[in-house]
Amino acid sequence: MNIKFALAGNPNCGKTTMFNALTGANQYVGNWPGVTVEKKEGKVKGNKEDNITVVDLPGIYSLSPYTLEEVVSRDFLLNEDPDVIIDLVDATNIERNLYLTTQLIETGVPVVIALNMADLIEKRGLKIDTKRLSMVLGCPIIETSALKGTGLKELIAEAVKVAKQGEHQLPQSIFSEKIEKAIDTVVPALSETITANKKRWYAVKVLENDEKVMNHIVLSSQNKTTIDSLRKELETELDDDMESIITDGRYTYIQKLISTTVEKPKEKLTMSDKIDKIVTNRFLGIPIFLAVMFVVYYISVTTIGTFVTDWTNDVFVVAIQDAVSGFLGSVGASSLLTAVIVDGIIGGVGAVIGFAPQMAILFLFLSILEDCGYMVRIAFVMDRVFRYFGLSGKSFIPLLIGSGCGIPAIMASKTIEQDNDRRLTIMTATFIPCGAKLPVIALLGGVMAGKVAGWKAAGFIAPAMYFVGIAAVLVAAIMLKKTKPFSGKPAPFVMELPEYHIPSAKTVLLHVWERLKGFLIKAGTILVVACIVIWFLSTFGFEGGSFGMVEDTANSLIAAIGDFIAPIFAPLGFGNWQSVASSLTGFSAKEAIVSTMGVLANVAGDPEDAVNVAAGVAKWFPTGMAALSFLIFNLLDSPCLAAISTMASELNDRKWFWFAIVFQNVYAYCISLMVYQIGSLVLYGTFGFWTVVAFIVLAFMLFMLFRPDPYKDQKTYSLRSVEA
Amino acid sequence: MKLNEVEVGSTVTVKKIEGDGAYKRRIMDMGITKGVELYIRKVAPLGDPVEITVRGYELSVRKNDAQCVEVE
Repeated sequence: MNIKFALAGNPNCGKTTMFNALTGANQYVGNWPGVTVEKKEGKVKGNKEDNITVVDLPGIYSLSPYTLEEVVSRDFLLNEDPDVIIDLVDATNIERNLYLTTQLIETGVPVVIALNMADLIEKRGLKIDTKRLSMVLGCPIIETSALKGTGLKELIAEAVKVAKQGEHQLPQSIFSEKIEKAIDTVVPALSETITANKKRWYAVKVLENDEKVMNHIVLSSQNKTTIDSLRKELETELDDDMESIITDGRYTYIQKLISTTVEKPKEKLTMSDKIDKIVTNRFLGIPIFLAVMFVVYYISVTTIGTFVTDWTNDVFVVAIQDAVSGFLGSVGASSLLTAVIVDGIIGGVGAVIGFAPQMAILFLFLSILEDCGYMVRIAFVMDRVFRYFGLSGKSFIPLLIGSGCGIPAIMASKTIEQDNDRRLTIMTATFIPCGAKLPVIALLGGVMAGKVAGWKAAGFIAPAMYFVGIAAVLVAAIMLKKTKPFSGKPAPFVMELPEYHIPSAKTVLLHVWERLKGFLIKAGTILVVACIVIWFLSTFGFEGGSFGMVEDTANSLIAAIGDFIAPIFAPLGFGNWQSVASSLTGFSAKEAIVSTMGVLANVAGDPEDAVNVAAGVAKWFPTGMAALSFLIFNLLDSPCLAAISTMASELNDRKWFWFAIVFQNVYAYCISLMVYQIGSLVLYGTFGFWTVVAFIVLAFMLFMLFRPDPYKDQKTYSLRSVEA
Repeated sequence: MKLNEVEVGSTVTVKKIEGDGAYKRRIMDMGITKGVELYIRKVAPLGDPVEITVRGYELSVRKNDAQCVEVE
């Protein structure tokens, strides 16, 4: 039998952990509300009799969606008719979790409750009378611990049983007498096409006057007037609007239910509370945040990170290169093939692979931050700052994730409820240097260090680039927020602060591995192809009137292409074909910039020194400022193709998508122009036409930044994504 | 009294919730309903938002948005 289960529940109650445990999948979990933004399907493992599909849904607090990812869940539950809803209820937060349960039961789909985190019940001194709770709610309850893997077999067995029963109890009355009477009046007025088990759900929605449901439902005008007057009567009597009366009713019911089934111990400070007292302390909160950020990026980028990376580059890659070229020589491979493999592929890919350890360390830190629960505290601590720039503290989460990879960052923007803020976050999230940009930063940092006397190490360039990224986001936010499409009152900030927990080693390591695997696969596929293409383009060309391998790369195909585009970038200080070609390959993957430079630098007559590509690259940048300008342009311009396509699907609007692409590139160009021209004027005293242009751009940006906000007094919120 | 005027460390009871549709709906879904007890736990380092304990869990809301909750 084919059976479909939906995993539903509040955010952060362990749905994905449960999903992974049931299906053996490795979906990503974290300790902040909104980790899952898309539904995911999997097959339950170890059940041969039936073909069971489980669908993991984004967490929801209620069936009235507030943010986009919640719409995904509601639509699935209501329109796709799963056989059973497995409702995950967090035992440690049972009161609010049951609120959704009361709504799920109403949908008419059989519900099986998984009382999750059951292992914590005893620890907390909670006592839950599951038998009675199950009886009153009218659905089976199984105690589970998704993390420890207990109760899962029983849960599936029970859910299968319920699915096979076919028939089940109709949802019971839970509201006060008056409301129930009103519901009873609505039920017969509903069309016959609505099945008996769904009637109650629709009756409640009609009574609430829910817009979405009302649009789908046909009521005779007589019935409509009766219901409208009934609603009005109740609203005047209870002095509130109907939606609130219903919400109130549910919580009143739960409170009563809980008073007889759950025994809570006296409140005492848990470990989590104690940690939180320090971490979000009035005085220590911000210093702790800054310290954490510094430690994370400093360690992963400069100290341990570079140490491991240097070793990989110096010892590992060179060793492979030597071994492979030795082997190829001994089997008598042609020198052309040897060149493709050793210089083209290994030289190029190797320059990037070397950064894998550094990235692993960064991913490790980020996933610990996510899993322990600190991520939301950052949003809590930083909200005030972000509101100043017209964004919500929630926007910080995508930015932080973006320092690992831009794709999940863009997807995480789904949890932002206001449509214009969400767009803004999508457009700017990739300004933050992602893991793949680290090699670029390191390489150009090396170039700059070589250029500017006294800079022994490029150590502080990486932290400086994070700063540039954040500043770029904030500047863009301020400028855009003052334009009409992005204007509007700052979105409200309502966020649950989950308890801290010790990150599970399995979760963290799995996450690091998944990300790293993605990086390595990319290096093995896209980068290899890019390297071969670049190697070909830079080795072949027209020389002496005929096509063939060229002596001088300046005659190669890539030089011709690069030279054609290069004048555009001359005002930014890197108007040579090598850097332009590298920037272009950056759109396939940002680390391809480094691999391309590796190939081009080698071809340019530096094959012995594959390790230190920087030395070869340095020739293309006349000054340190030019290198800096190149670096900034490549950090801020449109992200790699994978991220661009994620942007396209999240923006879901062609016009906005092209606006985002144009904005990112023009913005990057302007910033680089100002940095290079004004920087060169200050440092080397160069002055010319483009210096003037740079000052004009600067003046324009300053105007956009500091002009009074024409939409400041707007009292209304902008459109919510759910409505859009 | 409004929720944003309540001092940190005190416990209050919700009397009424005013305000605009979506936001009101959301905070009610999160458990802030008439008659429920709220404990104002702390304020963020920069003075906003506030963290409140409601129905046994921690919720953070901005002071400005909290204005719509009438408490006593």
